[in-house]
Amino acid sequence: MTVALLYSITGFLLFLMGICGLIFRSSLIRRALALNITASGIFLFIVAQAYKGESALPDPVPHGLVLTGIVIGASATALMIYLIGVLRYVSPGDNDSGEEE
Amino acid sequence: MTAHLVITVVLVPILASIFTLFCGDMMRRVVCQIAGLTVLGSTCLIAYQTGHSRDVLNIVLSGWEAPLGIRLYLDGLSALLLLTTAIIAVCITFFAEAYFGVKARSGRLTFFWPLWFLVWAALNGLFLSGDVFNLYVTLEIINLAAVAMVALPRTHESLKAALNYLVIAFLGSLSYLFGVAILYTSHGTLDIQLLAELAGIDGPYILAAVLIFIGLMIKTALFPLHFWLPPAHASAPTPVSALLSGLVVTASAYMIIRLGFTVFAPLMHTPLTLLLGVLGGLAVLWGSVHALIQERVKMVVAYSTVAQLGYVFLALPVVVSGSDLAAMVWYGVLYFVICHACAKTAAFLAAGTLINVVKHDRIAQLSGAAQHWPMVFMAFGMAGVNLIGLPPSGGFIGKWLMLQAMINSGQWLLVLILIAGSLLAAGYIFRVLGIALQTSEDSRPPVPAPLQLTLTTMILAVLPLLLGVFSQLPFSLLAVGSPFGALP
Repeated sequence: MTVALLYSITGFLLFLMGICGLIFRSSLIRRALALNITASGIFLFIVAQAYKGESALPDPVPHGLVLTGIVIGASATALMIYLIGVLRYVSPGDNDSGEEE
Repeated sequence: MTAHLVITVVLVPILASIFTLFCGDMMRRVVCQIAGLTVLGSTCLIAYQTGHSRDVLNIVLSGWEAPLGIRLYLDGLSALLLLTTAIIAVCITFFAEAYFGVKARSGRLTFFWPLWFLVWAALNGLFLSGDVFNLYVTLEIINLAAVAMVALPRTHESLKAALNYLVIAFLGSLSYLFGVAILYTSHGTLDIQLLAELAGIDGPYILAAVLIFIGLMIKTALFPLHFWLPPAHASAPTPVSALLSGLVVTASAYMIIRLGFTVFAPLMHTPLTLLLGVLGGLAVLWGSVHALIQERVKMVVAYSTVAQLGYVFLALPVVVSGSDLAAMVWYGVLYFVICHACAKTAAFLAAGTLINVVKHDRIAQLSGAAQHWPMVFMAFGMAGVNLIGLPPSGGFIGKWLMLQAMINSGQWLLVLILIAGSLLAAGYIFRVLGIALQTSEDSRPPVPAPLQLTLTTMILAVLPLLLGVFSQLPFSLLAVGSPFGALP
């Protein structure tokens, strides 16, 4: 149990670190990283909950949750990095699309 | 039979999303229309059968029972939301087709269609989810697709808005996921009904509730976490603004009501709801005041969303006082949310039609516009009637139920905020209408507003009024599987 508890606490600390990074950093890339650390913290916490003791088999459901979470996290990160990338080439007032406004 | 229809309404938009990604322009339009009308037809049948049989339906997909499998859950509330979403969605589809016009035949704007159907599929999935984790997955699909749609114009403004939206929405969903993980750890299930039976107030339960509610508050743009909403909703192309403000926020408001009255029902009977009520009240006032001072129609409507969503939380403190009042709040808030979805979409579409003909939406320069485009402003006005909460709109019925519950429990402060919010709403609606209704000297023949735009806007603007006049049917549908039975 102590190992699982250690993982849970580490996960929670990572979660808090990520949130702090998100609040106190203004650089967009750093924020994207902070969000990833937050997500990793949560995933670590969830996986730690699967541990059911020395002799018992681990619970598969948390793994399923984390896998889905990772996929969503990866997509969100990819989208974020893409947006940050495009933002660098479009300056305010630029309107390269011909859309209204 | 209903089971197949239920799967249809999730599957067809997903298939449409894939098809529209690959097929050419003509084919794409056919796919859009067929998919839209198929889902609309299916949801009509679902609503009819649910109202007729008065049974809730549990569908276990491919025989995998919870917790590993996916269980769809259909009650009156889900059925009504599916139907409302389908009507709004079909209108937005036809509107978008005419609005984007030739621009969307090639280039970046074609990506609107796959993203839009993805959002629709996820919305339907969300309204049908029977467990807290599928709610998370569907909400994430909605958000990722919505962010991509906000970024479509690729202006500096819209990219910044999309990025802020993505960061805050991702944070919200992580918070929600953490809460779900804690719930699973302490109760060993993700099923909403099972969780509702097992729920008892203890440490992990409160922590989970706080995390889940923070996540949903971010997504619902509750004050003070609302800052991302107006730029994202106003800088997107109009059909996107409409579906964000009309449908996407409805999804998270729905989750708050759904979870609040099942899994977190024990907490709703504690004074913790007071905090939500206070924040809701601040949102109503803050959003309304800001809507009053905006210079562009779309910004007015976007800030109005912040204000209107505040009402979802405003009435929650009343739930403590007794189950009769709780039932009134439940019905009132849900009816309010459903009517708001129609009216807000109509208001954005009206603004979009205006942009289509005048090429801007700056209020100060709209003087006399109503005499050129009377139908557009009539639609805006009818949507406004609902946003203000005047009879005979459905928004009035929702607010009236909330108001009665507040008066019966003696929460006079909430009553005052609700009235103040309605007056301010009247202010920002009539400010736009007032300028537009001025007579102008401009006698140049105006560009007529395209029929397809005016018509879809009009349908959505009339809908809340119909919901107000014929409220019996939707209320009897809502009562199917409601936690309170029929409205006392």
